[in-house]
Amino acid sequence: MEYQAKELFAKHGVAGALGKTVETPEDARAAAEEIGGVVVVKAQVKAGGRGKAGGVKVAKSPEEAEEAARAILALEIKGLPVNRVLVVPGASIEEEYYFSFLLDRSNRSYLCIASVEGGVEIEEVAKTNPDAVKKIAIDAGTGVDEAKAREIATEAAFPEPVFEQAVTMIQQLWTVFVEEDATLVEVNPLARLTGDKLEALDGKVSLDENAEFRHEDHKAFEIREEADPLEAKAKDKGLNYVKLDGEVGIIGNGAGLVMSTLDVVAYAGEAHGGVKPANFLDIGGGANAQVMADGLDVIIHDAQVKSVFVNVFGGITACDEVANGIKGALEILGDEATKPLVVRLDGNNVEEGRRILNELNHPLVTQVDTMDGAADKAAELAHQA
Amino acid sequence: MSIYLNKDSKIIVQGMTGGMGSKHTTLMLDAGSTIVGGVNARKAGTTVELGGQELPVFGNVKEAMAETGADVSVVFVPPAFTKDACIEAIDAGIGLLVVITEGVPVQDTAEVWSYLQGKSTRMIGPNCPGIITPGESLAGITPHTIAGKGPVGLVSKSGTLTYQMMFELKDFGFSTAIGIGGDPIVGTTHIDALEAFENDPETKAIVMIGEIGGDAEERAAAYIKDHVTKPVVGYVAGFTAPEGKTMGHAGAIVSGSSGTAQAKKEALEAAGVKVGKTPSETAELMREILNSL
Repeated sequence: MEYQAKELFAKHGVAGALGKTVETPEDARAAAEEIGGVVVVKAQVKAGGRGKAGGVKVAKSPEEAEEAARAILALEIKGLPVNRVLVVPGASIEEEYYFSFLLDRSNRSYLCIASVEGGVEIEEVAKTNPDAVKKIAIDAGTGVDEAKAREIATEAAFPEPVFEQAVTMIQQLWTVFVEEDATLVEVNPLARLTGDKLEALDGKVSLDENAEFRHEDHKAFEIREEADPLEAKAKDKGLNYVKLDGEVGIIGNGAGLVMSTLDVVAYAGEAHGGVKPANFLDIGGGANAQVMADGLDVIIHDAQVKSVFVNVFGGITACDEVANGIKGALEILGDEATKPLVVRLDGNNVEEGRRILNELNHPLVTQVDTMDGAADKAAELAHQA
Repeated sequence: MSIYLNKDSKIIVQGMTGGMGSKHTTLMLDAGSTIVGGVNARKAGTTVELGGQELPVFGNVKEAMAETGADVSVVFVPPAFTKDACIEAIDAGIGLLVVITEGVPVQDTAEVWSYLQGKSTRMIGPNCPGIITPGESLAGITPHTIAGKGPVGLVSKSGTLTYQMMFELKDFGFSTAIGIGGDPIVGTTHIDALEAFENDPETKAIVMIGEIGGDAEERAAAYIKDHVTKPVVGYVAGFTAPEGKTMGHAGAIVSGSSGTAQAKKEALEAAGVKVGKTPSETAELMREILNSL
């Protein structure tokens, strides 16, 4: 989100128009009055193509800013409602550049991408004039010091009047990247304003969730109400859940196996009215009754879900523990459990696990021995419901 | 023969005295691994009884190696301390460093990777189940009861899919099964493992399991085409994953049009690798190959 990027930029001294984020047309007007002069009103959604969707408007007065905000707040951009707008000073832009630091998975290090040929349309530039987009490798051990920043600015060919400003800003952006544990720090556009001032007008920062333990303040950057309500609920319960558009709820252990389960259900669904997996949910190794109950609780409250497929391979966690987890979860949920469960258990101590569920003889539970067979059964039940 | 790990491997455990560390040290002993001690600076000089063995605790990796001749370290320390634990082991010159810890910040891993360039350590992981040479040694958390020794080499980004595939092919068995981990940066790649399996006389055929995110599978496909003569069967998870969402593993994300399962499958097939639609179908493809050898 742009305004979070700007807060992080400001924290590390990166020059740029900070602007104000507001949620109502009236507040947009007040922000425009405070900033004074021409302002730009921009939609704040996690989607690209805001300009084309009418989400960016120039306003010459506070009244126009209010009007612009009213129009933008009524928009949906790529299916996402616009709940906030950013009001920034309308700077007079001479040139637009692009600059980013990012994780380079292929080379197991970092990369700097910079271009002085156009900012916002960087993807277009990359296609039509790839030589204008410079990619500079960065060693994760040595990082970016002043000498490296000069090397980058030279390679990117920042023009002389803003060259020294670029060297400074590159070091500041590197500080944002490293100190905030980012996987992406992007300035787009980076602009040369009238009077040869270099400023970050818009930006994006992606933060590494694995590093949250050393960044208490990053929690404040999460915006809960824009997340799917089921995803928010799952997150509160500490579950690894992603909502998808489908009818077969999925619970499994291990990220790879769950991803695979979604695929197998989608294939099976082709023969059953095109039903699809409803979610990703990895309960990890700890398939105890409470975790299983929490997972089922989230999934059965997804109105789209018609059946649930529990796919567990007993590795470290033996199948009897998983079976007891399912049994306990059904007790915890009681009358709230209303959707059919197809359970496939395999692996460590599978006979005992299957025996426990057979003995339970719960009307909602069907056991199928193979993953492909169970996916087919779950898809069939979802289609019939 | 096998790759990276065998019956002569002497293993130490960094984080052996913690919950995960002690549980899995016991399981590694059950699997037949030779565990020669653990490392914990605060408990140096003490011993811990695990799996019926009295295991010494050392103050650091260097000391543990000098005292025991250890050549493998398995890391179970929490994410905040993983980087330092790895650097300590690399400085001590450990041969194989298996990092099980999940949730390591990617910049820490990038720093460790940069640090070990030109040094003698091979790192596996982080965020991985480790490596097993059935019947000989386990350095990690893969259940040793799933499958025994055999002709199949397995390399996978995912832990549970490793277990699932070992289970499906348990009647054939495995030379070595290695889980390389699902993080954006890992120490050992599909390509490293493919190269090692190609050179291992005991390995007759290879199963390679990938998932969405990055381009490791595409690069592996190019490598297979040019360098691997043994039959390879592939599986890729995540065809139904939406763009921009992290699917459990930190590295499992489709960004724009890159990192999709479809692209990986096509790249593998173009390199002559048979790719299964489901884990069972993949196992079936391998079964046909093994029966024809």
